[in-house]
Amino acid sequence: MDLSINFAGIKSPNPFWLASAPPTNSGYQIMKAFDAGWGGAVWKTLGVPVVNVSSRYGSVNYRNTRMAGFNNIELITDRPLADNLREIEEVKKYFPNHAVIASLMVETKEQWHAIIKDVQNAGADGIELNFGCPHGMCERGMGSAVGQEPEVLQTIVGWVMEAAKIPVITKLSPNISHITDPGLAAVKGGTDAISLINTIKSIVGIDLDTYAPYPVVDGKGSNGGYCGPAVKPIALQMLRELACDKEINKVPISGIGGIETWRDVVEFILLGATSVQVCTAAMHYGFGIVREMEAGLIQFMKDKGYTTIYDFAGKALPNVTEWKHLNLKHKVVANINPDKCVGCELCYIACDDGAHQAIGLTEGSRVPHIIEENCVGCNLCSLVCPVEGCITMQKRDDGTQHLTWDERTKANNIPVTFNDELAGGRHHWVPAPVDALKNKRKDMRR
Amino acid sequence: MAEYKRPSSELEFEANFAQKKPLMNSTEAYYESSRCLFCYDAPCMNACPTHIDIPLFIKQIHTGNVEGAAKTIYDSNWMGNACAKVCPTGVLCEGACVYNNQHVKPIEIGRLQNYATLAAIKQNKKIAEPGVPNGKKVAIIGAGPAGLSAACELRTLGYMVDVFEAKAKPTGLTVYGVAPYKINNEEALQEEEYLQKQLGYNVFYNKPINTSEQLKEIESSYDAVFLGVGLGTTASLGIPGEDGSNVIGAVEFIEDLRMKHHTIKIPSRVVVIGGGNTAMDAASESARMGAEKVTLAYRRDKAGMGAYKFEYDLALSAGVTSLFNASPVEITAQGVKFIRTQEVNGKLENIAGSEFTLECDLVIKATGQAKMGSLLKQISGVQLDKSNRIVVNMETYQTGNPKYFAGGDAVNGGAEVVNGAYEGKMAAKGIDKWLKTGK
Repeated sequence: MDLSINFAGIKSPNPFWLASAPPTNSGYQIMKAFDAGWGGAVWKTLGVPVVNVSSRYGSVNYRNTRMAGFNNIELITDRPLADNLREIEEVKKYFPNHAVIASLMVETKEQWHAIIKDVQNAGADGIELNFGCPHGMCERGMGSAVGQEPEVLQTIVGWVMEAAKIPVITKLSPNISHITDPGLAAVKGGTDAISLINTIKSIVGIDLDTYAPYPVVDGKGSNGGYCGPAVKPIALQMLRELACDKEINKVPISGIGGIETWRDVVEFILLGATSVQVCTAAMHYGFGIVREMEAGLIQFMKDKGYTTIYDFAGKALPNVTEWKHLNLKHKVVANINPDKCVGCELCYIACDDGAHQAIGLTEGSRVPHIIEENCVGCNLCSLVCPVEGCITMQKRDDGTQHLTWDERTKANNIPVTFNDELAGGRHHWVPAPVDALKNKRKDMRR
Repeated sequence: MAEYKRPSSELEFEANFAQKKPLMNSTEAYYESSRCLFCYDAPCMNACPTHIDIPLFIKQIHTGNVEGAAKTIYDSNWMGNACAKVCPTGVLCEGACVYNNQHVKPIEIGRLQNYATLAAIKQNKKIAEPGVPNGKKVAIIGAGPAGLSAACELRTLGYMVDVFEAKAKPTGLTVYGVAPYKINNEEALQEEEYLQKQLGYNVFYNKPINTSEQLKEIESSYDAVFLGVGLGTTASLGIPGEDGSNVIGAVEFIEDLRMKHHTIKIPSRVVVIGGGNTAMDAASESARMGAEKVTLAYRRDKAGMGAYKFEYDLALSAGVTSLFNASPVEITAQGVKFIRTQEVNGKLENIAGSEFTLECDLVIKATGQAKMGSLLKQISGVQLDKSNRIVVNMETYQTGNPKYFAGGDAVNGGAEVVNGAYEGKMAAKGIDKWLKTGK
């Protein structure tokens, strides 16, 4: 088994890279990370050093999970360039086979050319262009201010390519309607690779005593950049959009956004990423978290018979399609395993209040039952059920029929008027409105 | 060998009677509350005699609304803190937790409830207020869980309430009868103080009501009377020697222990007679007081015991040994003379010639409490069943004499604090209904 990658010419012993962020602020941290098992690191963004505020991070805790979502208002490096360059050189001396990528963010063409020369001389294996930060730097015309203007982005990538002798990765901001616009601009500008997502513009919460957003800086706050496990679905979607675009997918993509476990890693690779970058998980658990990712990835590859990550990179892409191509004849219904059911009745109330009134309570038992004729197969009950494998969705169609919205549209077989006979829910039973007021539970009465 | 060293100071007493359900810290409460599934029509809630909205108060704890959680609890149960500590939660709310069905540890509902209510009590949070005065007065006899619960509820409905208590302290068996490792005196009393401060009922201590003259006076001065008189002293065994100086009733023993702690002296060999929860408590407590040999003697077999299994296990874990199928026939200065028993066709029979004597220094009779029949029989119209329990309408808790309502042990024959709390509250609603509608 070979976990190594060659990402647009950047070689790395494995696909696990630290994203440009606080964990890559110094040579000390990066050496520690490489020693722990990380294959590469994107150095905390270099540029004209900044001045940071105290109180920089905020988080979204969900139930007993800390930092399910995480945001920051920290800027790019506040350390002098010379210090960073010296440390890049030293890291490369100790870890010549690991990937050290310099993240850069400057303003003028001259600055770009100068800093590229500097990091190349220091021995960096690649360059990542930070066009993503949605806080602070964008107010100064950098970061997401560039990522949100495809033409500007393309111009700057062009400047970079004039000077770069090592591979260039363009890092995109998700704070945009169509991720393919900056993606295409980066490719047109000549980038060697793309990475995404950078953080999402966010307010993670408000202090209920001071009425200031977190993280609070002397009674005030600013929008931050959101990341952590909560953003993964957004990242996966954007990754897939780029990976499916025939112009953009000529360059490799490094996936970023909420990656914490081997499952996340595999999912990003299946949607076309050939390197992954991690920040929040390392900030939460330390560099040791890579052990679980690596072990899980190896196990997965072994189970599936893959020898390199390229064996399965992008394998999920053909299965991601437009809604109109989904089979309308596919039919699943929920099934409750009474031996596993604990009787919380969350499926019942979720279905009755939040879905299609397709679960009934059973007299004398806490195990609810599925009313199959009402079940639209929405999955909700199986999602709320707290027991592993208790509610499963079972296939009811025989697999012989296939009819999509697209096909129905072409066949003039779709509802077009407000009260169309072809309305999908036309013959679906729903209770009478007044039934809502009958049989109310005692504790729900007001 | 005794498992416990004789306590010689309050500190050592507290260590021997360490709380079975210690107060949670905020981190523990945060993680434990996060596990609650917020079940629909929650089984825990249905298992609670007072129907506390448990999923709601747990969610409130988790979202940092601890005061709101306390309010949710007190909305249903005026003994919210006492019940959190003394309820047999393993057979009530926690026993009903759906997690049990997949062998996952149930939510520690009792400790979460204690966390919320104690926080409100300690910070003197206002969770209830008296109703607009309606000019009517209710007398309550007995400041136990049922009486106090009725008092609180009646105050919220605008009644003036006077509580007459025979003893020097409120809360009845919560302070006088429950094992000290379930709740300590301070915690038992502070909840009452907290509620009395907000609701303003009067309690007259050391004021036993036991003559017909007293009853008549009360009857003429108040619009309604609630009987929360509980039960009496330990019932008689009817065997020779049981009045000896080496014999004490379990109720009296526990009361003594609750009031005097380490200053009472327990001899080295103790026999506890009985198979109910009080017997388990008395045995467990004797062992924790440093008795070297504590024997729990019960006339039937283990399965026939009325005690909860967890109470029996607790006694065993304190070093108590058990003796089954042994019926006491006589108590002497040397100890207890037993006769072996066996069950024949469901009937317990003595085995002739099987007498033996178990030597001991102290005999604790945990053979149930006598009923307060003599007092109750003085009230005309109040009916008692053949076990001398007061007969009430199970919805309004009104007795045969319409002016009298009753609840708690005097009605149910001896149950948990939570049952008394529920019945007192229901009786208060019954009183309110009767005084407002005449029905």
